Amino acid sequence: MLRFVVRRLLQLGPILLGLSLLLFVWLRALPGGPAAALLGERATPEAVARIEELYGLDQPWYVQYWKFLVNAVRLDFGNSSKTNRPVVEEMLRTFPATIELGTAALIFAIGIGVPLGYFAARRYGRWLDNLSVSGSLLGVAVPVFFLAYILKYVFAVRLGWLPTGGRQDPRMDADHPTGFYVLDGIVTANPAASLDAIVHLILPAIALGAIPLAIIVRITRASVLDVVHEDYVRTAEAKGLYERTITRRHVLRNALLPVVTVIGLTAGLLFSGAILTETVFAWDGVGRFVYEAIGNRDYAVLQGFILMIAILYVLVNLAVDVSYGLIDPRVRVQ
Amino acid sequence: MSLAQVEATTEAAKVGEEGGSLRRDAWRRLRRDPVALVGFGIIALFVLVAIFAPWIAPYDPADRPGAGIVTPTNIPGPSAEFWFGLDELGRDEFSRVVFGARTSLLVGVVALLLGMAGGLLLGILAGAFGGKVDTVIMRVVDVMLSIPGLLMAIAIAALLGRSLLSVMIAIAVINIPIFARLLRGQMLAQRGSDYVLAATSLGVRRRSIVLGHVLPNSMSPVIVQATLTLATAIIEAAGLSFLGLGSPDPRVPEWGLMLANTQRYLASAPHLAFFPGVAIVIAALGFTLLGERLREALDPKYRR
Amino acid sequence: MSVTEAAADHLLDVRGLSVAFTRKGRRDVRAVDGVSFTVDAGQTMGLVGESGSGKSVTSLAVMGLLPKRGVRVGGEVHFDGDDLLTLPPERMRDIRGRDIAMVFQDPMSSLNPVVPIGIQVTEVLHRHQDLRGDAARTAATESLARVGIPDPTRRLKEYPHQLSGGMRQRALIAMALACRPRLLIADEPTTALDVTIQAQILELLKELVRDSGAALVMITHDLGVIAGLCDTVHVMYGGRVVESAGRRELFAEPHHPYTGGLLASVPRLDAPRGAPLHPIPGSPTDLLPWSEGCAFAPRCPNRVEPCTENPPALESAGGRELRCYNPLVAAEEVPA
Repeated sequence: MLRFVVRRLLQLGPILLGLSLLLFVWLRALPGGPAAALLGERATPEAVARIEELYGLDQPWYVQYWKFLVNAVRLDFGNSSKTNRPVVEEMLRTFPATIELGTAALIFAIGIGVPLGYFAARRYGRWLDNLSVSGSLLGVAVPVFFLAYILKYVFAVRLGWLPTGGRQDPRMDADHPTGFYVLDGIVTANPAASLDAIVHLILPAIALGAIPLAIIVRITRASVLDVVHEDYVRTAEAKGLYERTITRRHVLRNALLPVVTVIGLTAGLLFSGAILTETVFAWDGVGRFVYEAIGNRDYAVLQGFILMIAILYVLVNLAVDVSYGLIDPRVRVQ
Repeated sequence: MSLAQVEATTEAAKVGEEGGSLRRDAWRRLRRDPVALVGFGIIALFVLVAIFAPWIAPYDPADRPGAGIVTPTNIPGPSAEFWFGLDELGRDEFSRVVFGARTSLLVGVVALLLGMAGGLLLGILAGAFGGKVDTVIMRVVDVMLSIPGLLMAIAIAALLGRSLLSVMIAIAVINIPIFARLLRGQMLAQRGSDYVLAATSLGVRRRSIVLGHVLPNSMSPVIVQATLTLATAIIEAAGLSFLGLGSPDPRVPEWGLMLANTQRYLASAPHLAFFPGVAIVIAALGFTLLGERLREALDPKYRR
Repeated sequence: MSVTEAAADHLLDVRGLSVAFTRKGRRDVRAVDGVSFTVDAGQTMGLVGESGSGKSVTSLAVMGLLPKRGVRVGGEVHFDGDDLLTLPPERMRDIRGRDIAMVFQDPMSSLNPVVPIGIQVTEVLHRHQDLRGDAARTAATESLARVGIPDPTRRLKEYPHQLSGGMRQRALIAMALACRPRLLIADEPTTALDVTIQAQILELLKELVRDSGAALVMITHDLGVIAGLCDTVHVMYGGRVVESAGRRELFAEPHHPYTGGLLASVPRLDAPRGAPLHPIPGSPTDLLPWSEGCAFAPRCPNRVEPCTENPPALESAGGRELRCYNPLVAAEEVPA
């Protein structure tokens, strides 16, 4: 098992390297040159010269690349050209917000998607099945931001049941030691703040999680349909086992394998969707920050954030691979 | 009818499904499938609206017929004169949505073609040559896949500037890995198949085998993927415009951009968000429905 | 003698079993049509037929493993005083695995790939005998040892893909026999295995059944398997039993043309080189209208007029049963 994990980690190496190279090239390909890109509006000739010296932009490309790598490992991505704060600081501020949102969206998608997909499969051809299939087809056709608008309009503007945006009611005046607001409320013994954070999470999480939900329902349903017809399920029935045993040990344990893989893939969707959702719900996360960076031409931020997001994405997929190996013993033998 | 007769007819039906003219069979089934027909109908509607926009829309999308009526607090919704209402600058929403179909179709199709071309090329090279070429190409594909789609699109748009072209290229790049992997998978699967072995042993050159045999046999999943990719391309294009990466020209209506501008007016003028949004959903749905049914029809093993 | 009294005499008493598959908008497919047979304790019974003869469906009907929707089952299946076909599903679940067990054809696909072998054995023990923990593991190890799996303790933690084909089938037999059922149904248990392993598995089955006094129903298309193993044989074609006899009688003197054809079609090692093979012409799925008559008529060398008009009735004579208008050996002509 350990060998499996190590092998997977080693396979990551070339990908991360390729990624960093790509970003490195990208920054230097930006119009105006990298120094101007890093400085944005404050690109005076002196500033540019200083940056060039600082980043060794007059040196051969491989030296620059090496410096870039070294800086990246030390999490030094320079400063935001807009706020002039270190990019790392902005990351620490915004990543927890998005991770919290993404986790909530994933819990929503899996928590509803897997049982729904399972029951749709067991009730093949009946109303729940047809509804689920139709719903998931519709789910992938609705853009995240449109769904976000609809939810916001119906539940926040019209009905007023839920807040229109933000992570927390500013009147709460709560402390945020970890940056994960739900956690913070617990840590600071302020359960009302946690509850408030959860209430603020509901609409954005649903908007963000809708497409992963649709995908998970489909995959779960298809997988359960396949597994239910397998010979080993027939063997289990022939043994006279209780239905719940058969479902748990024989059907689900096999049917959930493809679902685990798909969850890894939806992580990418969550990142992309976060950018759009956070804009609509004024969520102070990575997505919104990147969105604003685009507008501000804040390339230092874009470079650092994109690299970070990609690394995280790769790590999530690694985690998915490893969990797959935990569940499916056949994979470990490779 | 006796048992054997019934068994025999089922056997014959099975053979007909798996071997022989799969496509003709699929075509016949599709023609009768209501969902596929609905999907196709939507696509036809979408294409027609896009092509005949100037004749369908009562106003030019940049015109402001309602400039006198509209104020920041009063943006009229649907009425007899303006079917979808007016936007915040007094422009006819209906005309803008209709012309937006043009933009979406154009971007979607061009992005798809570019992405398919790039992806298929990489996939064929990887699958046909194998070995080191395959490894290198697949590593590149892996790196491309390691960046979430929208992020990649943003990076490309930053590189190429804000225009429809950069949106098209961005979406194309996002989809290259999908087609590359698809075709490579097909090539690998077919490389081991009997007819390829037979042809090779007869001395047929590799290029002929690939172009003349393997490629046509791989077309079915490519067609399916192309249809489904058009759906996602439309949504991705809308998303990129929503973020302000598309054409900065305010006269070119794009559904995503129209949605972006309505943030402020969500409470007072929800129709501004409703119509472009629904348009995106319907267009994407059309391609998705047809694509799904195509997949079921063309893949004999695919069970619903 | 009342019907229930007669039923109690045999371990398994199948009467007029019929299974029809229904589909929307199409005619029913009759997979099993009025099949009857009995099995007694300690007896080995063979069910022979080609694919499509209905032999597997028969066994699934007995076990209650047919799908609930799209299937219509008729007749009676008496076991231990109950008609299995009328039992509520919970009772049937109790009987499966404990009183009647089944072994299937493909050992690789019949095992759950992601669960260790040990658990797949202990779950049966846990379910029917309430064994847990160490007691269950010990019993499981014994089960595996009894079927001839070497080093059974280690095997408990292994997964199906780590075992060879023969060992997987042994494991499946162990799972089936773990609770000492009184009836074991084996559906083509050796078809998916190498020839050398086949013989081993058959020997194993023979031994286990003999030691435990259970009854065995062996379903197969292979006459060689029947010859080595079964006391009585029922030959099935087109969903019906066409001939039943004791093993020796059947092989020495087949009455039904189909049985004769089966026997004649087996290539013999002692035949001269270049001697022609004798297959039965046609295949079970030939498209010919025979719903009114005998299912085998289109392919039968002994076909006469009544064969295509009405299905022949089952006739008993001299401990044998036959469904034929024009058998190979007329019932009267028994050689002295």
